[in-house]
Amino acid sequence: MIVELGHFCLVLACLLSLLMVVLPTLGLSRGQTSLMMTAKTLAAGMFVFTLLSFLALVQAFVVSDFSVGYVARNSNTLLPMQYKVSAVWGAHEGSFLLWTLVMSFWTVMVAGFSRPLSLDMRTRVLIVMAGLSFGFYLFLILTSNPFERTLPFYPSEGADLNPLLQDFGLIVHPPLLYMGYVGLSVPFAFAIASLWGNSLDVSWARWSRPWTNVAWAFLTLGITLGSWWAYYELGWGGWWFWDAVENASFMPWLIATALLHSLAATEKRGVFKSWTVLLAIFGFSFSLLGAFLVRSGVLTSVHAFAVDAERGLAILWFLAIVIGCSLVLYGFRAWNLRSQVTFTATSRENLILGNNLILTISALVVLLGTLYPLGYEAFTGGSKISIGPPYFNAVFVPLMLPLLVLMALSGTSRWWKTDRETLLKGKLLTFGIAVAAAVGLTLMLPSPNLWVIGIASLSIWIVLGLLQALALQVANKRDKMLALLKRPVGFYAMLIGHMGIAVSALGIVAAVTLSEEVDLRMTPGSEARVDVYDVKFFGTTAVQGPNYVADQGRVEIRQENTLITTLFPEKRRYLASNSVMTEAAIEARFLGDLYVALGEPLPGDDAWAVRVHIKPFVRWIWFGGLMIAISGMMSVLDQRYRSRKKRSASVKADTGVLEAAHG
Amino acid sequence: MKFGVMKPHRRNQLLLICILVLGLGLALMFTLRALDSNINLFYAPAEIKNGTPPIGKRIRAGGMVKAESVRRASDSLEVRFEVTDLQGSDFEVHYTGILPDLFREGQGVVATGTLDSDGVFSAEEILAKHDEKYMPPEVAMVIEGAQIQEASAL
Repeated sequence: MIVELGHFCLVLACLLSLLMVVLPTLGLSRGQTSLMMTAKTLAAGMFVFTLLSFLALVQAFVVSDFSVGYVARNSNTLLPMQYKVSAVWGAHEGSFLLWTLVMSFWTVMVAGFSRPLSLDMRTRVLIVMAGLSFGFYLFLILTSNPFERTLPFYPSEGADLNPLLQDFGLIVHPPLLYMGYVGLSVPFAFAIASLWGNSLDVSWARWSRPWTNVAWAFLTLGITLGSWWAYYELGWGGWWFWDAVENASFMPWLIATALLHSLAATEKRGVFKSWTVLLAIFGFSFSLLGAFLVRSGVLTSVHAFAVDAERGLAILWFLAIVIGCSLVLYGFRAWNLRSQVTFTATSRENLILGNNLILTISALVVLLGTLYPLGYEAFTGGSKISIGPPYFNAVFVPLMLPLLVLMALSGTSRWWKTDRETLLKGKLLTFGIAVAAAVGLTLMLPSPNLWVIGIASLSIWIVLGLLQALALQVANKRDKMLALLKRPVGFYAMLIGHMGIAVSALGIVAAVTLSEEVDLRMTPGSEARVDVYDVKFFGTTAVQGPNYVADQGRVEIRQENTLITTLFPEKRRYLASNSVMTEAAIEARFLGDLYVALGEPLPGDDAWAVRVHIKPFVRWIWFGGLMIAISGMMSVLDQRYRSRKKRSASVKADTGVLEAAHG
Repeated sequence: MKFGVMKPHRRNQLLLICILVLGLGLALMFTLRALDSNINLFYAPAEIKNGTPPIGKRIRAGGMVKAESVRRASDSLEVRFEVTDLQGSDFEVHYTGILPDLFREGQGVVATGTLDSDGVFSAEEILAKHDEKYMPPEVAMVIEGAQIQEASAL
């Protein structure tokens, strides 16, 4: 019964989204304020009904209602409760329901927190978001209904959730990622609304900035978490594979990163207006492309689910309509938009231009590598190829190096015009210090190399540049503490975000070039030396989990005869699906991880294949990602948005506040 | 057209365009070179048996792991097995290391590596993925293709 109610709520939400397109549009064309005002109420209704529908599916999982096909395929009575709930978004149908829930959440947030916008603009933004929602609801109801019953013959036991997904990482990874993916629909809707209303002034950039920052922060968190999850859960010790689906989340991230820089330039200086609009359009288009790649099964991927051509085609149509309409609108309204503003070669605008250029090209080369196998297959009549990680590394790394240099220069740059002297002041000196520090620190490592020295130099140079920027803020100020306190939050957000990139870059180069990875054949009692560590294997014992049985190994790791840690890696066999899974054991340390995973039992002497990885600085990658995400969340707390609130509270005007700052 | 001192913003624009073109050109060159050297073509067991693939070049090959063909060395991590299209064509794969959790006899597998002149495939990487519904698209193609050939031969 509850399942049918859930289905009914979903259909209701779909109808509400359609009404939310029709009524306000009528209101706009007839100038009827009351009709335009319905958008807000409809948005609230859409969110509530989608939430109810989602909760109904959660309920079906909690009580293990296997008459629902989706529940039967993805759950099991033995599954621990937290995984029963997270199994709701463990496969295609349910995860798309989550996607629409997130979409309705962003819509209701925009409806509630955009009072400073003119009614026309707000209405247009909401209409665009409702239109997108309508498309998503239709897709969900017509091709991927999670509430479908398999009556009258339904299984008495469920097929179980994929063991890889029975993990904390999967409970939080998709919701965060979707908050990012779908969140990019907000700047998209702002861009389309301002094209539609022919109001491409600077204000659309101001109002979409906080939304973009938050969506981007969620996307960053989602990607970071995904990378961490792959590292500890897949049992290969890798943290990034350039897998098609990873790329699908990385491309919108690259574009969104370009977008939030270019939005800053558009808001502050009125430059790059039409380019920023284009980035907003492409940011969300890449999100949709990601959804297509993941859900259509056109590419071989570790992640791909729902191998279904019909669904893929539906998303492709949706994608084509969204991109097509946006670009046509863009062509009519924005392509000959000229800004009257000039800037000089050494200005911050130019640095941002460089940033945008590099990030966009990076997104394009990733796109090329991701789609190339599809194109090749189509043109050669079915020859299958794959593009390996070497391609991505070869094109991506050279693009990132100049980006790091730009970042090192950015802190002390000014809008419009920076004296060459101010911009470059102390840069040579700080570069010298950075190189010296990098060489000094790297030589303390057991096996230094040029890559580490190079990236460490750049990273330290960036951090020094940020400190210079901080110093520049208080130069000539009498009360330096006060001057620092008066700087807007956005400035500190920039510092933390850029520092996060430096930290991640260091982690990546160290983890890639300094890792020691060996596969060993070990019998109980045997010892091996890996890097500077002595690894001793004590054989395995059988252990029992809630829904699996496992062989648990015991491995002691010593350095110069002092015990560092004892690790217990497991090889699990999940009872419901009879699938085998590796559970790696990791000693996580600030300066590097020790990673042990069981391979498989080998013939003779109770021998096992054992995988031992020494991963220097690997944690820094995710720590940097966390810093970047925090910076995105922080920048919405900026004084600019809060002071507006105060002002509007005092005059009770309809304009002024952007409560979005708290969203 | 008058030649002379350019206005500063014109000069900036020109500079910008030059940098843009140069940057794009360089990026394109790097990209195409990298693409070119990293395309891994996929071959089916029948093609490997016919000697179609290049020797010593990095390729991918796949099919089903032949039943009762997996042999482990007793003193190292070396493993040998045969990959088949179930229609009579198969080839031998040598691999040293840990096989993925989903690797099974009778299941789909895709290997990346090089072929030597004896027709033995030395794998650097083994991918296996399956459930009741899923097999790697390449493997599905191999099996289907071989079945169609079989049928038309009859």
